[in-house]
Amino acid sequence: MGGLQKKKYERGSATNYITRNKARKKLQLSLADFRRLCILKGIYPHEPKHKKKVNKGSTAPRTFYLFKDIRFLLHEPIVRKFREYKVFVRKLRKAYGKAEWTGVERLRDNKPGYKLDHIIKERYPTFIDALRDIDDALSMCFLFSTFARTGKCHVQTITLCRRLTVEWMNYVVTSRSLRKVFLSIKGIYYQAEVLGQLITWLVPYQFAHDHPTDVDYRVMATFTEMYTTLFGFINFRLYQTLNLVYPPKVTQYLDLTSVCKLNLASLARVVATAEEEENQLDLFPTEGEDQENMQAREKEQKEQEAQKRLFEGLKFFLNREVPRESLAFILRCFGAEVSWDKSLCIGGTYEVTDETITHQIVDRPDMDKQYINRYYIQPQWVFDSVNAQMRLPVEDYFLGTTLPPHLSPFVEEKDGDYVPPEKLKLMALQRGEKPVQEDEEEEDEEEEEEDDDEEEDDDVDDEELTEEKNLKKLEGTRAQGKTLAVKVTPGKVKPWETGSVGNKVRLEQEEKAEEKRLAIMMMKKKEKYLYDKIMFGKKRTTREVSSLRCAPAKPTRPSLRPFACRWR
Amino acid sequence: MRLWNELSYFTCWISHQARLCTPPTRLCTPPTRLCTPPTRLCTPPTRLCTPPTRPGSVLHPPGQALPCTPPTRPGPTLYSTHQARPCSVLHPPGQALLCTPPTRPGPVLHPPGQALLCTPPTRPGPALYSTHQTRLCTPPTRPGPVLHPPGQALLCTPPTRPGSVLHPPGQALLCTPPTRPGPALYSTHQTSPQVFFSTQLLTRFSLSPSFLSQDIRNTVGNIPMEWYQDYPHIGYNLDGKKIFKPIRNKDELDEFLDKMENPDYWRTVHDKTTASDIRLSDEQVDLVHRLQKGQFGDVNFNEYEPSVDFFTNEVMIHPVTNRPQDKRSFIPSLIEKEKVSKLVHAIKMGWIKPRKPKETTPQYYDLWAKEDPNAILGRHKMHVPAPKMRLPGHEESYNPPPEYLLTEEERMAWEQQDAEDRKLPFLPQKHSCLRAVPAFSRFIHERFERCLDLYLCPRQRKMRVNVNPEDLIPKLPKPKDLQPFPTTMSLVYIGHSSLVRSISASPTGQWLVSGSDDCTVRLWEVNTGRCMKTLEVGGAVKSVVWNPNPAVCLVAVESTVLLLNPGLGDRLVVSSTDQLITSYEPPEEDKEQAVTWALSEGPEHDNGHRLTLTHPKAVKQVVWHGKGDYLASVMPDNSSNLQVLIHQVSKRRTQNPFRKNKGLVQCVSFHPLRPYFFVATQRYVRVYNLIKQELTKKLMTNCKWISSMAIHPGGDNLICGSYDCRLAWFDLDLSTKPYKMLRHHKKALRGVAYHKHYPLFASGADDGSVIICHGMVYNDLLQNPLIVPVKVLKGHQITHDLGVLDVTFHPTQPWVFSSGADATIRLFT
Repeated sequence: MGGLQKKKYERGSATNYITRNKARKKLQLSLADFRRLCILKGIYPHEPKHKKKVNKGSTAPRTFYLFKDIRFLLHEPIVRKFREYKVFVRKLRKAYGKAEWTGVERLRDNKPGYKLDHIIKERYPTFIDALRDIDDALSMCFLFSTFARTGKCHVQTITLCRRLTVEWMNYVVTSRSLRKVFLSIKGIYYQAEVLGQLITWLVPYQFAHDHPTDVDYRVMATFTEMYTTLFGFINFRLYQTLNLVYPPKVTQYLDLTSVCKLNLASLARVVATAEEEENQLDLFPTEGEDQENMQAREKEQKEQEAQKRLFEGLKFFLNREVPRESLAFILRCFGAEVSWDKSLCIGGTYEVTDETITHQIVDRPDMDKQYINRYYIQPQWVFDSVNAQMRLPVEDYFLGTTLPPHLSPFVEEKDGDYVPPEKLKLMALQRGEKPVQEDEEEEDEEEEEEDDDEEEDDDVDDEELTEEKNLKKLEGTRAQGKTLAVKVTPGKVKPWETGSVGNKVRLEQEEKAEEKRLAIMMMKKKEKYLYDKIMFGKKRTTREVSSLRCAPAKPTRPSLRPFACRWR
Repeated sequence: MRLWNELSYFTCWISHQARLCTPPTRLCTPPTRLCTPPTRLCTPPTRLCTPPTRPGSVLHPPGQALPCTPPTRPGPTLYSTHQARPCSVLHPPGQALLCTPPTRPGPVLHPPGQALLCTPPTRPGPALYSTHQTRLCTPPTRPGPVLHPPGQALLCTPPTRPGSVLHPPGQALLCTPPTRPGPALYSTHQTSPQVFFSTQLLTRFSLSPSFLSQDIRNTVGNIPMEWYQDYPHIGYNLDGKKIFKPIRNKDELDEFLDKMENPDYWRTVHDKTTASDIRLSDEQVDLVHRLQKGQFGDVNFNEYEPSVDFFTNEVMIHPVTNRPQDKRSFIPSLIEKEKVSKLVHAIKMGWIKPRKPKETTPQYYDLWAKEDPNAILGRHKMHVPAPKMRLPGHEESYNPPPEYLLTEEERMAWEQQDAEDRKLPFLPQKHSCLRAVPAFSRFIHERFERCLDLYLCPRQRKMRVNVNPEDLIPKLPKPKDLQPFPTTMSLVYIGHSSLVRSISASPTGQWLVSGSDDCTVRLWEVNTGRCMKTLEVGGAVKSVVWNPNPAVCLVAVESTVLLLNPGLGDRLVVSSTDQLITSYEPPEEDKEQAVTWALSEGPEHDNGHRLTLTHPKAVKQVVWHGKGDYLASVMPDNSSNLQVLIHQVSKRRTQNPFRKNKGLVQCVSFHPLRPYFFVATQRYVRVYNLIKQELTKKLMTNCKWISSMAIHPGGDNLICGSYDCRLAWFDLDLSTKPYKMLRHHKKALRGVAYHKHYPLFASGADDGSVIICHGMVYNDLLQNPLIVPVKVLKGHQITHDLGVLDVTFHPTQPWVFSSGADATIRLFT
């Protein structure tokens, strides 16, 4: 054998990856700087395919970065800025120590800063890329905008986040792109469709945060720094698409003191300028399937348009106990007029006493003074209506009533999945069927049948007591009904229940089952493993569904009771 | 001296550039207005010189003795040349003077004899150098000895160096060297004017002319008045007489009555130093009020007088001082030059940069104005986008359907689980209304964890297999098409009382022999299930094999191998068998053999025993060669090389084919056609050529422990059953590794068998089942054998964790026999 001996781990995947510490040393950065750089540049560890090879034979748990990524970081101009900043801090400290105040001033004037524009451009070469990745940015900015000025992060950051989120909401309202909303125990989820991209974000409920001690706020702040830059550019571009000026005028007043006040007022103002554009689909005559597709698309488009005008023409008034910001946002997204008490926050355009108010959103058990010409409904009605893409009947949501369960609009049931009965009911409503009758309900829920029957009987008994005149008649009808139900129809002989043929069929089935069992025995080890896994998953889902189906809480489901109108 | 230098330095600057040194504004009002010119200042017997800064000072008419308050602020006033700083005061003769510094009284000489306390002013004022003022006193720097007129008590303490003072005889004089006035000195003066309402100050104020005649001045100085508590007097007058305290015998009641009745009580003040009550006059009361309000004591004093710029910005023709200019004021400053050159050098070297202009680009602009979708960097090829956050399900709702809520047990289980194991990271909760929903305590945590995931979590692209599980099942020929094979259990041979270790069918297929742990060998008729004979062999039977050629049955019992003649069936066959055994002629030279061959006689012969081969160790297995003359026996033992023996029946000869055995031999077998011998140790099967006497092949079974072995009648294939539930099929032409490993059984395999004619093989295992497989071997060498499991036969009960112990096929029919640990033999047809 001629030639040099090949050494191990000097080629192939071992050289394509680099451990974190080595990367850090190569970049000559401290861990904190390396972390910041990774966050800003979007560098993350990769899981190698053959970990042992990459780890040079060791099986110790290590995280690996792509060597290319690290080499790519070497040329990042921001690294130099980090070093400059470090030097600046050192100089400043020195100047302070020597009490050279002019020096301090000069240093402060020349404080090195950095911009993330080029990084954003590099990470997201196209606008759609950026838009696709904005979910986390939105959630983070909404979280930071709710922070109090407690020193967990810079006040400027909080203000900027607040500004950007308000601008975003403005955009969503103006473009009417909100699609789904969901009240969860964590906060409120919103989903908007912006330029064809579904964007979901989560906003916490309006409470003071109990800041945990085991959270590194520096990491979050670095992310927020990146996100605010990205978010601002996206907002700019989105405003451009609507032919709006960015930054909008409201932000001028958006100083610290008036942040909370102005956002809603601003929402109102921008809506006023928004114009509904009738964008009709261009129709090109095509053939066959395309035509069908086209029709389907057209129908979808129409539905969407209808959803956008869901609350148009309605006039809402928000009581002081409801989450004002989110409700105003949602209602305006669907074209409603919203107002609230003037003493609560600026931006309220009309008073409670306004006779033209159609709905008042209330979240308290009772109200003293009620107007006869408006509905007093609970806030869930708005959310459920948005998700159902139709105005739901208000009766279930009246003041003081027990609310029907609030379902997640993000769940899409597949075959075999458990569908809650409320969803079935809703789907029936959407199809345009009549509101659920008790009979249908009974059909849906066989388990409940008995209970319902009993209760019905009780009801009927009461009636009998009170209306003795109709007793006989009632009895008669009931008897008739019973006789009808018991009517005997000639049954068909099912083939598998008779002797020889049934045996044959069963035998055939058994044979097939055995064949399958034997074939499974002959599977390769790898395939067998996969097969077992798939079957395990299938079994688990069926088990879960069955457990949900016969949950113990089910018989006491309140929402399926016939609704009694308690509205005075 | 340092101070002096500085002063001279500054005065020098002042003289040169008067405009630079604008005097501090209000502080240096010219002394002309504040106090009478210094010339006049000295003429009255005593003067109070207060620095202009202090508002509370009052000018007193001549004839009044007043203590000197030291100047307060030496700081900015230093440069003003206008300040009157009384350093020492000339006193008229015949007057006792007390100069008490407000804060630091020096040691005092007391009562007997005269005590005079004299403390110098704290700071030497530069006022002395003001060119406008006539010099009051000797300059503080060099206080020379002062000549006093005789008979005058003079206190003169130079500020820095107390020189010796000439005192008139008979007068006690105390000179205290100057102390360093700390800042406290000024603070007491500045902050709290109320302090001055202590007796000391009040005495000063009270020294109005009316009181002078009474001559009740404080002569003791600033001492604690308790010292005079027990004396009837306070101090001494000039003549050395005691000054008696006024008689005072007021008690509390008198005091109270006085308070009630005396309309002037409120303005009466007790002076401790003179031990007398003083009634304040209207002016004095007014003064106190003014001072309390923080106003100037003098009503007429205007504190907001327009300041007169003494050093005006106009260069006057007359210099302020007559001092000639220093030489250094004409020479350019070297220090400045050095500084400037340093700066120039720094600028040249680029160390000092001009301030950067503020950036004017807006914070946000259209970043993607010129976007190029193709401009994707190379690294984006490996980019794995982060997965999006999971969307919430129904259970996360604030008001979920009731079936999503956890029951009490589920909740307990959830709480006991580790955070990682939980299926849901939160507890589903139901709130009756939106108002009742609390804040989610882990919100920040979750966001932070998401952040960590985004930058710390290793990413890998995993292809989700979206396979239909049905597609994974291999397509095999249907068992129906592979018939015949045994499908149903037809007969059960019952008779043994313990595990049936081994069975064997006669070559004709009419008889079946079985050996059991109950020390019997039974012979059965296959078709009827009748037990034809039961032979006691005196030991657990490990292995029975029917001779493939004649009707000789062979039984291995413990440490012996028995050759039996069952005596069943055709007489001719039986007799020919006996003849075969009796026809033996012992050879001439008797070789020593490993086993002893013994012919059975008597009752044993009647039972069918023919030959007994007594082995040195326990025999586990015996096999016949296909011709029926040779047989091999296995004695598994690691310690010796005597594990396998080959016997020739016709010559009653035994040989040990192997000098050495590697490992524990499990089973052996003859090749059906060729002179090969298979030896299975724990993990390998070795194939020996008996003619060449060499190892031809070593088969790796990939098993842990081989239990049984069978050779295809064609001779090219071999199956091995193992205790680790596997069955290995070897194609000897193909490789030394298994062509196929079958893991059909759940438990250890105990027996495997090939059918002589049909393409079938069977395996029996401890799980009580016999699996029949179709094992088709093609003559075409290019085609691999087809192996299809066709039937799982069950019937044996599992006893003592043992199920099927041996399987064997019927020689002609597609039937299979199996013997089990439940002491039965079963026939499947």
